[in-house]
Amino acid sequence: MPLTLIKAAFDRAIGKAVAADLPTTPELKSHYDVVIVGGGGHGLATAYYLANYHGITNVAVLEKAYLGSGNTARNTAVIRSNYLTPEGVEFYRASVDLFQDLSYELDFNMMYSERGQLTLAHTDANLRSFRQRCAVNQHFGGRTEMISPDEIRHLVPSLNMHPGHYPVLGGLWHIEGATARHDAVAWGYARGASRAGVELHQLTEVRDVLVESGRVVGVATDRGRVGAGCVIQAVAGHSSVLAGYAGFKLPITTYPLQAMVTQPVKPFLDPLVSSPSLHCYVQQTSRGEIVIGGGSDPYPLYNTRATLGLKEQLVANAVELFPRMGELRTLRQWAGLTDMTPDYSPVMGLSPVENYYLDAGWGTWGFKATPIAGKLMAELVAGDGGVPRLMQPFSLERFRSLNLVNEMGATAASH
Amino acid sequence: MKQILCPMNGLRDIDEFVYGGVVRDMPDTAHCSDEDWSEYLFLMDNTAGLVREWWLHSPSGYWFIAERDTVSDVISATFDPSLFFTWAAAEHTQANSDD
Repeated sequence: MPLTLIKAAFDRAIGKAVAADLPTTPELKSHYDVVIVGGGGHGLATAYYLANYHGITNVAVLEKAYLGSGNTARNTAVIRSNYLTPEGVEFYRASVDLFQDLSYELDFNMMYSERGQLTLAHTDANLRSFRQRCAVNQHFGGRTEMISPDEIRHLVPSLNMHPGHYPVLGGLWHIEGATARHDAVAWGYARGASRAGVELHQLTEVRDVLVESGRVVGVATDRGRVGAGCVIQAVAGHSSVLAGYAGFKLPITTYPLQAMVTQPVKPFLDPLVSSPSLHCYVQQTSRGEIVIGGGSDPYPLYNTRATLGLKEQLVANAVELFPRMGELRTLRQWAGLTDMTPDYSPVMGLSPVENYYLDAGWGTWGFKATPIAGKLMAELVAGDGGVPRLMQPFSLERFRSLNLVNEMGATAASH
Repeated sequence: MKQILCPMNGLRDIDEFVYGGVVRDMPDTAHCSDEDWSEYLFLMDNTAGLVREWWLHSPSGYWFIAERDTVSDVISATFDPSLFFTWAAAEHTQANSDD
């Protein structure tokens, strides 16, 4: 009997080896058609769309740590499109559309959860700007409406209607607001890209960008030099550093953003709730933890350290919104690096270096743009040199021509 | 809490200070091109490492310069801006006399 058991155990181990979702890192080749620097959601999505929609498979994704280890794993997983400018709303709308079908597209469960996102108005000025955002959003087919304090009370019974010294005067109710498992987004795209032939190189750090007579020819990594037909940079948190290797500056300043989660509790909070005036947003994850996020740190830094002052302020405001949360304990805290631009919009597309493409300036709005950024970056690289329409407003050139896309009011701490 | 050594007020909590941006030369607004101006306005070095920055001690309204590492967040020196401008002027004279 024991012998039979042991035999069966060995049979099972030999016969049913589980195929890994992601292959181990292969040897670096000397040249690729496309090198993508950064193995986060954006880089992996770009690789996925390049390989599966444009037939470009001689692609390497270079990641200095492990896949999805940077800001893909550090954001607070908010998906929404209720921005202020027509350019912004149209862009993020397209991203929400892709997110809604992403689990099917990638055959990978994103745990996409459409909860609705509620932004609280505490002043008349808030109400005015919300009405504008509501109208722009509806114009582009978004499901967004203004709701009254009574409706808010009904929607979120646990909310304090007088948080801090602010009254709740109304709310911007974004029905399509959603959350998803951010790691799964990176993993799903990585698996889809890898199955189509893209090489994923983890623990491969880019230390220089090789440019010859104004044109990128490859990158130098800690595993040797790699030639490239073109290079895409998708390194949120280090965009300026990489662009510096390529020899140009970006309109970016890097700030940490601190967040935290509480211990898990039974579901009591369905929508994602945000208060721009209190610089605080709160949501309950599918496993019951409360995620608390706020604005970026008050001064620039390339470091994910924690500060007690900011954490105290975050918790104080979260407890003002939901007094019952005062009984909860903090489970984890962390920080991500946000590449902030002057107009709170990304910097995408062409760069001063030929065949070197930018997917940068993702500040605090990068996760929700993952699918559309990947799709458009792939179109840009695979196309005949034209910049896709939805990407055009976000060019680096806009700072020279002063055509900024100001999303400050719709971003800040309001996601 | 992290503290900053203010050249005028001594060691104070960082909450009393406001970040004021990296110290850099402003182009001559009367003569520079639109391109130079937009470059000055928007394009940043965003250095990962040692930088010189403006900081304000808010309660006393006093501006000074700090040398800070933007990776380790260590502030290695703080000084009154007059010192900086004296040095800058000296460097300028030095550079001119080298020509």
